[in-house]
Amino acid sequence: MSAIYRRELGSYFTSPIGYAVLAAFMFFSGIFFYVQCLYPGSVNMSPVFQSMFFIVLFVIPLITMRSFADDKKNKTDQALLTAPVSIPSVVLSKFLSSLTVFAFCLCSFIIEGIALSFMASPDWSVIIGNVFGMIIMGSSFVALGIFISSLTESSVVAAIVSFVINVLISLLDSIGYTVNWDWLTKVINVLSFQGKYNDFALGMVSLSNVVFFISVTCLFLFLTDRVIEKRRWA
Amino acid sequence: MIKVKNLTKYYVHERALDNVSFTLGEGEILGFLGPNGAGKSTTMNIITGYLSSDAGTVEIDGTDILENPSLAKKKIGYLPEIPPLYNDMTVRGYLEFMFRLKKVKKPMKEHINSICELVKISDVKERVIKHLSKGYRQRVGLAQALIGDPPVLILDEPTVGLDPQQIIEIRRLIRDLGKKHTIILSSHLLSEVQAVCDKILIINEGKIVADELKTSLTGTGSSTSKLRVVVEGRRQQVRSLLQKVDGVTKVTDLGETEKGCCEFTVESRRDVRRLVFRALSKTDFSILEMSPVEFSLEDTYLGIITGKAGSKEVQDNVSNI
Repeated sequence: MSAIYRRELGSYFTSPIGYAVLAAFMFFSGIFFYVQCLYPGSVNMSPVFQSMFFIVLFVIPLITMRSFADDKKNKTDQALLTAPVSIPSVVLSKFLSSLTVFAFCLCSFIIEGIALSFMASPDWSVIIGNVFGMIIMGSSFVALGIFISSLTESSVVAAIVSFVINVLISLLDSIGYTVNWDWLTKVINVLSFQGKYNDFALGMVSLSNVVFFISVTCLFLFLTDRVIEKRRWA
Repeated sequence: MIKVKNLTKYYVHERALDNVSFTLGEGEILGFLGPNGAGKSTTMNIITGYLSSDAGTVEIDGTDILENPSLAKKKIGYLPEIPPLYNDMTVRGYLEFMFRLKKVKKPMKEHINSICELVKISDVKERVIKHLSKGYRQRVGLAQALIGDPPVLILDEPTVGLDPQQIIEIRRLIRDLGKKHTIILSSHLLSEVQAVCDKILIINEGKIVADELKTSLTGTGSSTSKLRVVVEGRRQQVRSLLQKVDGVTKVTDLGETEKGCCEFTVESRRDVRRLVFRALSKTDFSILEMSPVEFSLEDTYLGIITGKAGSKEVQDNVSNI
């Protein structure tokens, strides 16, 4: 399992994709940091994290798009699936390597926190809580992206489809506000990613939100495992 | 070593494999022949656990591939039709990855170096795979199959895309490997199978149509023999002389080849070369050429695949199976 994890992680940085993703993420996080903290002279980083929610929607499909799609296209899945490793461990290794790249992106917030601490004393509990929240939410998006990647041979298709689904998920809240049926609003609120994420951004780590994101992650990893297994029976 | 029993596989509603069974002993090399789409790769993919079968079992050295996939897969080295190479890695990086992936418990550096020596890729070890030529890519694919020294090797068209010299080298390598490993090799090249394998399996439309030792398929072990004779002389007379030779069952007139010469094939139950010589030496007719017609695997193969047995030997061989 560690062999696949190491190879996948290495492959992000032997191609431009890893650097491009990191650069894009840090660029936007830098801009939001400047606009919302440095320029108005605020130590509160919560708005930065709220703004970055939409950047995450863009960035994660780029991280996960090649995961299974490229393997299928280049037939390298034959090496993985005929090796003495189980399918769940292949899925988990790929998931963890993508999540690691996403975690690298989040380092930008730590750097910004350190930069702030030279000028004032930022609330580290908010920063750490937010980074934690972003990892937990990010893992759901990563699992979703990997699941989409396992359905196609084309990494471009995988990226576009995951991006569209991510945007749909983020639009759930606005739909929730506009519908008149109570029960539908309730269902949408339960499924909403952004509402739960905003709790994290405000510094509230609630167990139910953590459990929600972990369950979504597990669900999509399980579905990915089923897709790969089903391919053997095709 | 390998026991395949009643494999059946459907792709949607199309039957790709139909009751395929065979067994292979230790140290044997099996050649898997068949036209494109016959089910060669499907069978290999099922044996290696990449695909699942709809019915039937595969046992590798006593381990069922479905019941204990990890253990069974450890015993197999697989080179698929398209080598599963990661283009962005160096050859060394890739082989080290495969080494870790297969959980091999050997000193890594020495093991990889010895395999690189064996398949002659030591000089490209530090190069990135996407920059390699087809021949080298194929050899890197073979190298990854050899990692961990598995007792069973499954090679799907291992010489495709190689130049003639490389083909000869790889065949020699496969024969050498056959001394220590059990090998299944697929090919649509008959000469290759003829040169390398001990046993041959012909598959067509998902069914095994011939499963024999090479000698009986090529007809060298069969009871009938065939001679090609070119004689200078009058056709009718030569023909009747040949027919009178003891043991000859059939004489076929192939017509005039050069002016005044005629060509025949003589079929018989035993070796009649001396008798033919004596019969003709008593006359003025001279024998210009006389050669045994070796019944080639190609004839059998084509006969079986097209379903039209071209000659008696083909029918004999097929009925033997």
